[in-house]
Amino acid sequence: MAGQPIRKPTRLEPWQDAGQTPYVRIEKVTKTFGDFVAVDEVSLSIYRNEFFALLGGSGSGKTTLLRMLAGFEQPTEGKIFIDGVDMAGIPPYERPVNMMFQSYALFPHMTVEQNVAFGLKQDGVAKAEIRDRVAEMLGMVQLSAFGKRRPHQLSGGQRQRVALARSLVKRPKLLLLDEPLGALDKKLRERTQFELVNIQEKLGVTFIVVTHDQEEAMTMSSRIAVMNHGVIAQVGTPTEIYEYPHTRFVAEFIGSINMFDGRVVSTDGDQVVVASEEAGCELLIAHATPAPAGSPVSVAIRPEKIALSKDPVAEGDGRNRTTGIVREIAYLGDVSIYLVQLPTGKTVRVTAPNVTRRTEMPITWEDEVTLTWRPFAGVVLTQ
Amino acid sequence: MRAVVSLLVSGLSRIGLWGRGVVVAVPYLWLMLFFLVPFLIVFGISFSESIIAQPPYSSLVEWLTDEDAGTSKLQILLNISNYFRLGGDDLYILAYLNSLKIAAVTTLFCLLIGYPMAYAIAKADPARRGPLMMLVILPFWTSFLIRIYAWIGILKGNGVISNLLEWAGITSGPVEILYSDWAVYIGMTYCYLPFMVLPLYSTLEKMDPSLLEAAADLGSRPFKSFLQITLPLSLPGIVAGSLLVFIPAVGEFVTPELLGGPDTLMIGRVLWNEFFANRDWPVASAVAIALLLVLVVPIMIFQHVQGKQAEAGR
Repeated sequence: MAGQPIRKPTRLEPWQDAGQTPYVRIEKVTKTFGDFVAVDEVSLSIYRNEFFALLGGSGSGKTTLLRMLAGFEQPTEGKIFIDGVDMAGIPPYERPVNMMFQSYALFPHMTVEQNVAFGLKQDGVAKAEIRDRVAEMLGMVQLSAFGKRRPHQLSGGQRQRVALARSLVKRPKLLLLDEPLGALDKKLRERTQFELVNIQEKLGVTFIVVTHDQEEAMTMSSRIAVMNHGVIAQVGTPTEIYEYPHTRFVAEFIGSINMFDGRVVSTDGDQVVVASEEAGCELLIAHATPAPAGSPVSVAIRPEKIALSKDPVAEGDGRNRTTGIVREIAYLGDVSIYLVQLPTGKTVRVTAPNVTRRTEMPITWEDEVTLTWRPFAGVVLTQ
Repeated sequence: MRAVVSLLVSGLSRIGLWGRGVVVAVPYLWLMLFFLVPFLIVFGISFSESIIAQPPYSSLVEWLTDEDAGTSKLQILLNISNYFRLGGDDLYILAYLNSLKIAAVTTLFCLLIGYPMAYAIAKADPARRGPLMMLVILPFWTSFLIRIYAWIGILKGNGVISNLLEWAGITSGPVEILYSDWAVYIGMTYCYLPFMVLPLYSTLEKMDPSLLEAAADLGSRPFKSFLQITLPLSLPGIVAGSLLVFIPAVGEFVTPELLGGPDTLMIGRVLWNEFFANRDWPVASAVAIALLLVLVVPIMIFQHVQGKQAEAGR
């Protein structure tokens, strides 16, 4: 599913370190518009140099949370601290924060240079210094040749880079980005993802990005907060969110997943056995949160963690193995997606890399296949 | 039959007169008939001489036949003295300058009152904008003349304003505002205010609110944001509104006639007097043509600004 993580594995994980103080602390923040609760008692700690993503669908409250950090909205309840300072009542123009707007909000009556210089001009920075810093920023986003143009004379990608340069020129400690790549086409988006991460690492700025695109969040962020209906469903690294979703919502929101409803048969340490009629077999899950026998649970298994085979596999105890008929095959080039119907009627999604050429593919429509997976492929979800 | 139609279509389309061409041609024909032709007639009269006859001006073109010599000739007489009279007599120059002054002051007042109004309406709750704009346009539903007469009642000595000032103890006797330049300013500002508010509102309402948020985010206080973002971006509205007020205000006749004093000299009044009191149609026509020339300049500036706007348009 998601692209290669750009993050180097050696990154620090400040949230694991109890001695670290968070740079941004959001404490039980609630925001209501009339009867509508946009953000519901959200608490978050974001650390210096993090690339933090707020991920959610529309109406999940992610943008409202970002706008409260910028100072455009005031929390109805709760507090926001940035660098230890309570932000209550502090207007946007006095916050140590800059924002990159989804619409870019470039000033149409100003040239690219004037747009980038705007923030420095407000602070009364000397003219010579403004010129140098604007030139430096435009160089960084590779727009040095476009300084005299107006925003409407630029392409979408160029505008996006002007907006980025403008929001970074004041060297904020915290940059808020509202759907920074939303208006770009797919190829440009992928390239810009890398650029954003490089700039963020080079400048040592804390980024908080709002996005609805889970792939974008996965590739760029150090941590992701998945939001749903104004509540944070889960906070974690991209790997944690993908491999160990806490709730059904998170599991289904990030990538595709197969859900099997069942009941716990037995628990042995962190090994749980679940009987699922839907799956047509017993499921053995390693490293699961223990649950009392008999309690209803769902077992989530990612499509790429299921193996397909035409030969009936006889070994083992019959757990984590079921059979079905291939109903649909979608060939995507690098992988193929198989929709396999189990005798119970349940359709299971399986993705397999196309190791051999298509013409030699052994599995085809209406084949009876055996599905197998390993004990640590599944996740037990109690809610 | 079909052959004829297709021949007609192809013939017309060859000279670019089909479909789109016809749609444009109809209003152009209308403008030609009812604007260009009368204008040319007035332009012609301005070069004629005033005579006591019906109509009261000489004809420019005459066919003279000399019976004795047996020759005939076409005589075109262009009398340019009408225009010299405009330059020679202080009355006309003063009337022009005074008209420009009154129009400029009216435009300034409309801008000063109209901008905050348009701004407030554009920033109001979207559900309330419609009714508020309705209130701006509402006076148009009443006859213009009746509204001016109402102002006479408000402005005259012992009128509403006078009595209010006296009641508040600001003045001791009745105040006569009527029949002065101030009465003209008040009346004309009142009349032309909607023409300022409408274009200003439409530019301010279109403005992306995230621009002001971006300015605030970059450290600009609200008033500085207004000066740096809102004001320059509303400039097209200011120009459009100002011209919509200024151009008709220069030629305004009814308001200064009813509210102004005897010394409120405006070109519209001079024009009226020349036409109806003096029955000097040629001079009146020359005044009208000169007025047009005075106004063509701001109109051309307006066109230029609009063209630039369209060019820069996003």
